[in-house]
Amino acid sequence: MSSGRDNTQAQHGYALAMLKRELILAYRKRGDLANPLLFFVMVISLVPLGISPDSSLLALLGSGMIWVVALLASLLSMDSLFRGDYEDGSLEQLLLMPQALLAPVLMKILAHWLMTGVPLALIAPLLAVMLSVPGEALGVLLLSLLVGTACFSLVGAIGAALTVALRRASLLLSLVVIPLYIPVLIFGTAAVHNAASGLSSAGPLAILGAFLALAIALAPFAIIAGLRIGVDG
Amino acid sequence: MSFQLSVQQLSCERGGIELFAGLDLAVTGGDIVQVAGPNGCGKSTLLKTLATLSSHYSGEINWCGESLHQVRLNFLSRLLYIGHKTGVKLQLTARENLAWLYPGPGSQIQIEEALAAMRLAGYEDRPCYTLSAGQQQRVALSRLLLSDAPLWLLDEPFTAIDKDGVEMLEGLLEKHARHGGAVVLTTHHTLGCEGMRTVNLQDYVPVAGVGT
Repeated sequence: MSSGRDNTQAQHGYALAMLKRELILAYRKRGDLANPLLFFVMVISLVPLGISPDSSLLALLGSGMIWVVALLASLLSMDSLFRGDYEDGSLEQLLLMPQALLAPVLMKILAHWLMTGVPLALIAPLLAVMLSVPGEALGVLLLSLLVGTACFSLVGAIGAALTVALRRASLLLSLVVIPLYIPVLIFGTAAVHNAASGLSSAGPLAILGAFLALAIALAPFAIIAGLRIGVDG
Repeated sequence: MSFQLSVQQLSCERGGIELFAGLDLAVTGGDIVQVAGPNGCGKSTLLKTLATLSSHYSGEINWCGESLHQVRLNFLSRLLYIGHKTGVKLQLTARENLAWLYPGPGSQIQIEEALAAMRLAGYEDRPCYTLSAGQQQRVALSRLLLSDAPLWLLDEPFTAIDKDGVEMLEGLLEKHARHGGAVVLTTHHTLGCEGMRTVNLQDYVPVAGVGT
């Protein structure tokens, strides 16, 4: 009994230590992490210049634009998720941990989401105001992006794991991952559209939540398998 | 506590080329085995294969009489592997590099002691990119003092280590073997460890044409 509890405690210890390590690393490399966010802000600010400053047109396009660019920005940050660990050998050490890898891998992705997805979601309502998205849709936009970017991080990590050993893998990564991003995009934009036109967005949000639950349950297995293949070479 | 890692008729390949074949090896407590051979003969591949990181092999690898892949977690809990890529992250400090591998309570003090024993006292909280190559290697090798695993697989542990450091590490390896541990290492140094065996992979060059 007590060894079982010790074991669980040890697992928590490893998971927390991993989360701490990832957050420290992200802080030290904050320049890299600013890139997707900067990309997001820049592209969205170019939309009114490139398309039209007409607010009724922007309101129609705005939420969709924000979701598409958030998807691309999230994709931009995926390539480096496991690359550094692969190159310096810490990925080997991760795979050799004498315990289930589920928790450490999930923590790695949690850290990635906290450092990329959450800032994207938080800044989105601000940009939405700039694109004249109706005020009543802003809350739903924030919520849907929080859930959506978490899905992106989990699913993107599968692609990042599969392509970790390849050089110049960004194109392949996009090809692997974008088809899996599409359902999230569809229901994410549907939620915001519904809210903007005064309808209930509970349905699309619930489906987004279901995607997230599914991704949390299944993605780690694919990620771990992908990492093993990558290290195996 | 006793253990045995045994290898029968092992042949490994890298990038589709068979590197060595027909290797038999048994490692138990008290052994120090040096894997020797020229560059590219498969030393690192052998260690990776033994560490379950590579699956491009044929032959049998057993851990305590059972197939390695069936008792993988048990094996990993008793293994310390330091590869050619040591896992030292340059943006992290020496302390942080070890903290995520040895989380438990009280490990902070142990990490400090291990770093001090590796002559890294005063460097604990500097980012590793400010350390020299030898010091970075020492950060990785601090794990020899932190780990309680009986089986050590070390790929080129003496890279960039100075003369005194090599002597100290030899002492560590001997002490580990005396206490019932086992070490398999690759190195180009001539080591003076007591009771060390050498496996030369050149003796196991595959017969041309058989592997293809």
